[in-house]
Amino acid sequence: MASVDVFEPLPPHLADIQRQMEGYARGHGLDFFPTIFEVVEADQLNEVAAYGGFPTRYPHWRFGMEFEQLAKGYAYGLQKIYELVINNDPCYAYLMKSNELTDQKLVMAHVYGHCDFFKNNFWFSKTNRKMMDQMANHGMRIRRHMDRFGVEEVENFIDACLSIEDLIDIHLPFIKRHEESVKPKALEDDAHDEPSGRFAAKGYMESFVNPPEVLSAEAERRRVERRQSEQFPSQPVRDVMLFVLENAPLKPWQADVLSIIRDEAYYFAPQGQTKIMNEGWASYWHSTIMTRQGIQPADLICYCDHHSGTMASSSTRLNPYKLGIELFRDIEDRWNRGRFGKDFDECDDYVAKHHWDTAAGLGKQKIFEVRRIYNDLMFIDEFLTLDFCRQHKLFSFGYNPGNDAYEIESREFPQIKERLLFNLTNMGRPQIAVRDGNYKNRGELFLEHTFNGLELKTGYAQDTLVNLYRLWARPVHIETVIDEVKTTLSYDGHEHKGTQVK
Amino acid sequence: MLKIDQDGRRFKQIVRGKVRDNLRKYITHGEMIGRKGRNLISIPLPQLDVPHFRYGQNGSGGVGQGEGEVGTPIAGGAPQPGQGQGNAGSDPGAHILEVDVSLEELAEILGDELELPRIEPKGKANITDEKARYTSVRRTGPESLRHFRRTYMEALRRQISSNSYDAGSPRVIPIREDKRYRSWTTTPMPQTTAVVVYLMDVSGSMTDEQKQVVRTTAFWLDTWLGSQYDGIETRYIIHDAVAREVDEETFYHTRESGGTRISSAYKVCAELIKQKFAPSEWNIYCFQFSDGDNWGEDNEQSLRILREELIPASNLFCYGQVESPYGSGEYIRALRSAFGGAHDKLTLAEIENKEGIYDAIKSFLGKGK
Repeated sequence: MASVDVFEPLPPHLADIQRQMEGYARGHGLDFFPTIFEVVEADQLNEVAAYGGFPTRYPHWRFGMEFEQLAKGYAYGLQKIYELVINNDPCYAYLMKSNELTDQKLVMAHVYGHCDFFKNNFWFSKTNRKMMDQMANHGMRIRRHMDRFGVEEVENFIDACLSIEDLIDIHLPFIKRHEESVKPKALEDDAHDEPSGRFAAKGYMESFVNPPEVLSAEAERRRVERRQSEQFPSQPVRDVMLFVLENAPLKPWQADVLSIIRDEAYYFAPQGQTKIMNEGWASYWHSTIMTRQGIQPADLICYCDHHSGTMASSSTRLNPYKLGIELFRDIEDRWNRGRFGKDFDECDDYVAKHHWDTAAGLGKQKIFEVRRIYNDLMFIDEFLTLDFCRQHKLFSFGYNPGNDAYEIESREFPQIKERLLFNLTNMGRPQIAVRDGNYKNRGELFLEHTFNGLELKTGYAQDTLVNLYRLWARPVHIETVIDEVKTTLSYDGHEHKGTQVK
Repeated sequence: MLKIDQDGRRFKQIVRGKVRDNLRKYITHGEMIGRKGRNLISIPLPQLDVPHFRYGQNGSGGVGQGEGEVGTPIAGGAPQPGQGQGNAGSDPGAHILEVDVSLEELAEILGDELELPRIEPKGKANITDEKARYTSVRRTGPESLRHFRRTYMEALRRQISSNSYDAGSPRVIPIREDKRYRSWTTTPMPQTTAVVVYLMDVSGSMTDEQKQVVRTTAFWLDTWLGSQYDGIETRYIIHDAVAREVDEETFYHTRESGGTRISSAYKVCAELIKQKFAPSEWNIYCFQFSDGDNWGEDNEQSLRILREELIPASNLFCYGQVESPYGSGEYIRALRSAFGGAHDKLTLAEIENKEGIYDAIKSFLGKGK
């Protein structure tokens, strides 16, 4: 938190605007943590952005790389960050000093939208709200390890951990049963279920009828058999990070580093799951507040420029701000006019449907409900409609190897929706789980990729295995599909192998 | 100081470490380096990102917005940020990060790695260069520098003054005359200058492969010298039996069938220096490349011009003898016997093939002249 102190306090004219915007936001029913605004210079903002929004984090080269990209983009006028908000209680938001006054108004209104979303959306309900402190503590811990074990040693280990940072179970915070079942069962409790194979015999005949060496050999055979048949873990584990943390031969400092990376991965996961909604919600509110209350005549051009820039859509990427705000507006409109439910869905009369308006007036209530319960995947699944797709000229595109180009694939609603849902499932990442932590009874790690038609990037997969090997210290494998053939990619510390699975 | 500086330094350190590790490879295969603009070059570095399990290119795709039929290619090439161009899926392990390194930085690495001494420029000429600062607004410029507010204010002003502004429907549409752009003013900067003259034998015995060696060597020479001076000028002279000054393109792509008369190039070079680059004002560097096959009776004249005119005028005169399919010529031996092995301003190197570039650069620039 120390570095927050060097930022400037909000100058009086901005403090006035903040009070004003906060009042408007509350007036519309937004509900947020206390929000602290800081005005920062461009390079400070780029710095904070490089650290994922946090003023203090652990040291790592990739933050430097990130910063360089941001700083360059800013210097060349290609991009500009207007604002940054941290999901924390209190919320911290950073304003770029060079923003025009109108920008600052807009940004503040936007920030209150985010803060409301952070506080109320279900997917953030398990998030640590003191993450600002937590991140600083993580930084302290890792710096301490670096002091003891060397910067490079620790940094290289962080590299390895980051390779599996997205192999977490994004639903885990909501599941409580998990942590116990992952733990290996004690394997030494063979004695109590002493096997049959023992013949009844009088005491003095015992050693002849049931020779001890035969019995113990039999017991050993069973034990091996059972151990081999026993799945470890008993079910595939999606939280690969946790599995590695609990079962890899890590030194205490390494386990600490890995647990830090995992904690942070869980902190950032809900943001990845609600990007469209979160940006859409914030944009909805900045535009509502600004157009109804905030804009003075002198603000108009600047507002329009900024807002249209934020909403710009492209043929290659859906702008989450644009998609989000339009969907919220669409929902509001539909629920205001009663365009939902059985009667509306089953109506075949085009004209009647076109003019449908029951004056239900439920729009506002509905969008607040949506922002509370949904994440992006559910949001698109439930509220992306055929009409919406047509109105906004959506299409799906894909890679055509024949032309080595990306092409428009379809304008059909089901395909578009499927593509969007697919890209949002597991945040667009392959689904991977631990299948076996004692593969071939040799303590090797075996992962499985749940194949859904899309192949992994082989080079990346191999490099990831190399990093995973550094954590697990025994050969590592992943079963996936390459060229339509089930294949296991393996790395044993020296070389890569691909084995086709019969 | 910003906290990020530490991580930024660490990142640069890693980049530099990688570049340094691979420097011999880059030097040998100059074509690996892509030029970007005047001062940046991009260097392909293996693996500067953290690898993750990701979908390959056949899995990339998404949803976009706009006009177009099914099958219409969409603009902008690879739509997923961070994904390299080309066949990402089919080249296992070959993902490569292009890192932008400034020429200065590269020169510094080169200097460190080859242990090149810094050059002490002579005769600080009072020539000035200009440096740009964005301080003003003009009527012309690139769209990326468009000044939005000023443009709209101009449009509004024009509409009001021409009575076409309608307060009821306040549409302000800028036309070309309204547009305003941010612009720069230039301020003079003092500068010391150098001229680099490349001389190359383009007679039949010099093949494309040898010219490639010359080209790669020249890139590194330019990089280093460019880092030592505020501005360098480069001139090119080709010769067979006769010589002429040419542009860079011609320099590398001319092939003649005639014989070889090195003195002809020396004459052109000496004349050039006399006309344009007074040794009192300019730091002069001459790099001559040849396969060393000179007409025997020409040697005497060549050595004379070299001794009397070129060497005295130059900071450094370097001769690189590039081995050709027809073997290596005698010229380097003639130079050795005339000037001795260690001459203050003259450096000789035999470049057998691409692998020899590294050592040639080291010996050319190792004198710190």
